[in-house]
Amino acid sequence: MTAVKRVPKDQITIEGLTGDAAIAHALKQCDLDVLAAYPITPQTIIVEDYQKFAADGEVHCRVIPVESEHSAMSACVGASAVGARVATASASAGLALMWEILYCASSMRMPIIFTVANRALSGPINIHNDWSDTYGARDSGFIQIYTQSCQEAYDTTIMAFKIAEDHKVLLPIMVCIDGFILSHNVERVEMLPTEAVENFLGVRDPFIKLDPDNPITMGPLALTDYYFEFKEQQDEAMYAVPEVFAKVEADFEKMTGRKYGMFEEYKIDDAEIIIFTHSTPGGTAKAAVDVLREKGEKVGVLRLRMFRPFPTKEIVEAVKHAKAVVVFEKCRSFGAPSNPLALELRTALYDLEKRPMVVDFVIGLGGRDCPPTTIVEGYEKTKEYLKKGKAPLFETLGVRK
Amino acid sequence: MTEPAALKLKDMLKKPEILTSGHRMCAGCAAPTIVKLMGMALRGPTIVCEVTGCLEVATTIYPYTAWKLPWIHVAFENAAAVASGVIEAVDVMREKGRWSKEHVDVIAIGGDGGTFDIGFGAISGMLERGHDIVYMCYDNGAYQNTGIQRSGGTFPGQETTTSWAGKVSPGKEQRKKPLAEIVAAHRTPYVATVNPYHHRDFITKFRNALEVEGPAFIHAFSPCPRGWRSQTGKSMELAKLAMEVGLHPLYEIFNGIEYKMSGPSRRLKELRPLDDYWKTQGQFKHLFKPEWADFKKGLQEQVNADWEILKKKCGIE
Repeated sequence: MTAVKRVPKDQITIEGLTGDAAIAHALKQCDLDVLAAYPITPQTIIVEDYQKFAADGEVHCRVIPVESEHSAMSACVGASAVGARVATASASAGLALMWEILYCASSMRMPIIFTVANRALSGPINIHNDWSDTYGARDSGFIQIYTQSCQEAYDTTIMAFKIAEDHKVLLPIMVCIDGFILSHNVERVEMLPTEAVENFLGVRDPFIKLDPDNPITMGPLALTDYYFEFKEQQDEAMYAVPEVFAKVEADFEKMTGRKYGMFEEYKIDDAEIIIFTHSTPGGTAKAAVDVLREKGEKVGVLRLRMFRPFPTKEIVEAVKHAKAVVVFEKCRSFGAPSNPLALELRTALYDLEKRPMVVDFVIGLGGRDCPPTTIVEGYEKTKEYLKKGKAPLFETLGVRK
Repeated sequence: MTEPAALKLKDMLKKPEILTSGHRMCAGCAAPTIVKLMGMALRGPTIVCEVTGCLEVATTIYPYTAWKLPWIHVAFENAAAVASGVIEAVDVMREKGRWSKEHVDVIAIGGDGGTFDIGFGAISGMLERGHDIVYMCYDNGAYQNTGIQRSGGTFPGQETTTSWAGKVSPGKEQRKKPLAEIVAAHRTPYVATVNPYHHRDFITKFRNALEVEGPAFIHAFSPCPRGWRSQTGKSMELAKLAMEVGLHPLYEIFNGIEYKMSGPSRRLKELRPLDDYWKTQGQFKHLFKPEWADFKKGLQEQVNADWEILKKKCGIE
């Protein structure tokens, strides 16, 4: 691996790609050793496209067409355990079937890249977008990064390998795109030359591996006397992520001129109300904010990218001056005081002496459309709550009641 | 380098053990012997992938391990999938110049619960995809690790903690899954049944399994004194007896179609009565109550009929 250099413009390929295709192209360039996956809408194109690359001899990778998502993640763990660079893709029910092995993958410190096209969980069965699948896996020990555009999905997939495989981290990563909204929509994507990606990533250097010359036992039984220490170490690795992430992004910026951060700040410096969301609603919110700003409203957007580890300190710094933070999230935590994204934010802000009001809206479950008017409706409600000095813990928007 | 399998006693003693002493398997458990015999069949560098079960929990209690081979456990139902990942990764890394060994054997091990039942989907997938893996099931006839619950490998008439013998129940009433034949039906290149008593037969077959290209399957019968309520010193005898009564006949299936009865089973003039087997174990003692006489008779007829079918498949008589 040589020093990272800016890739000249004439070496960049520009194509119109869906979110899924952008991820498939990124995976193609990351010199995977093994990809094990099972088809599920709306992720399927990632695997289909990658299989096509394999069929045409464009990748030197073993694709394992497993019989279930449970086996997909299991095969990934096995391959990663011998030192291979490994990826998989899934969504919704498929991710749910992997559940058990998600926790094994992170605890066994396997740097697997798992691209997810976020989709609602059954039932009723539904193929469209919300975040219930990966939010449910928020405590699985995976790093989670949510992306807003096809370009960002492409870039993040590439960077993910470098973050996950860093010896300070050694954790698996979910790179998430909104099902259909991003996975199936075509956007302009600038693709790097493969040599640049290979130079940027290098070859995986496993910290430990299954090796007949140096036999070790992986995945032992640890009971009351050691289990807790394993968990403590996993958590420690999570806290090492921001530093490694920043370093990787800095290198990536040198190569491409693009960087994203753990979150994106959009017109928040003087904002009295900050919209807090991620993925495609982040884009919708920015469009809504542009219109509201024209009308003189002091509003901005904090679009989260990294949900795990949650950048607590940085987010508190970014929003603490605001009068209110209004959360838009595509998941309902049934019976809970509010919902996953707002719960994180409220916890982060709790210790402030003077903290912004947090307003939480559940939107878009099962792919229900979230036009800019939904954002504006939530914003207007937030203004009313500020006047009253009181807001409900959460509300649903855009649903028949 | 390919080492010879240890078939003679003096060669066996020279083979380095793959499992150390000091593991925490129960006294009399046949599983460590099965692993030891497996070790005598190995031909070179090997990676073992194991499911959750007695053998897994009792040999790898952190920070200790009894395994001298590279070994991985991930979960209960997925050793076949984990092994699929291991073998494919090793092969591609070798092609890319990142794996120094010329050849590595990959073995997956599961108990009857992890193989007959919860892991069966993963095994079927592994077989269909044709990975070069040896899968060995050590079958002790129930979920012994979680406290003796019935599995698809439990014999009819067997009492477990989820198939109690009671006033109206003779223990498990259903047949045992014909696992070896189900595996063979995938047109698996090599399938063999073994027991640890017939150790030369065991080692020879395990070595065949390693040498065959593509997937191979070993179904090992593994007496469990704790679960079976049998004497700890009798496990090897029970392994032999199970063969003699026809509950675990020894045979091989090549490419899913060619059956071959193995020496110990072939040499039987006739099956010994099931009573001889049942009376050695507490888990069958209820069968000797008068109310289950007909049920017992039915089981004997079933085993007799199965034996005749197997002989026919093997081209005997």
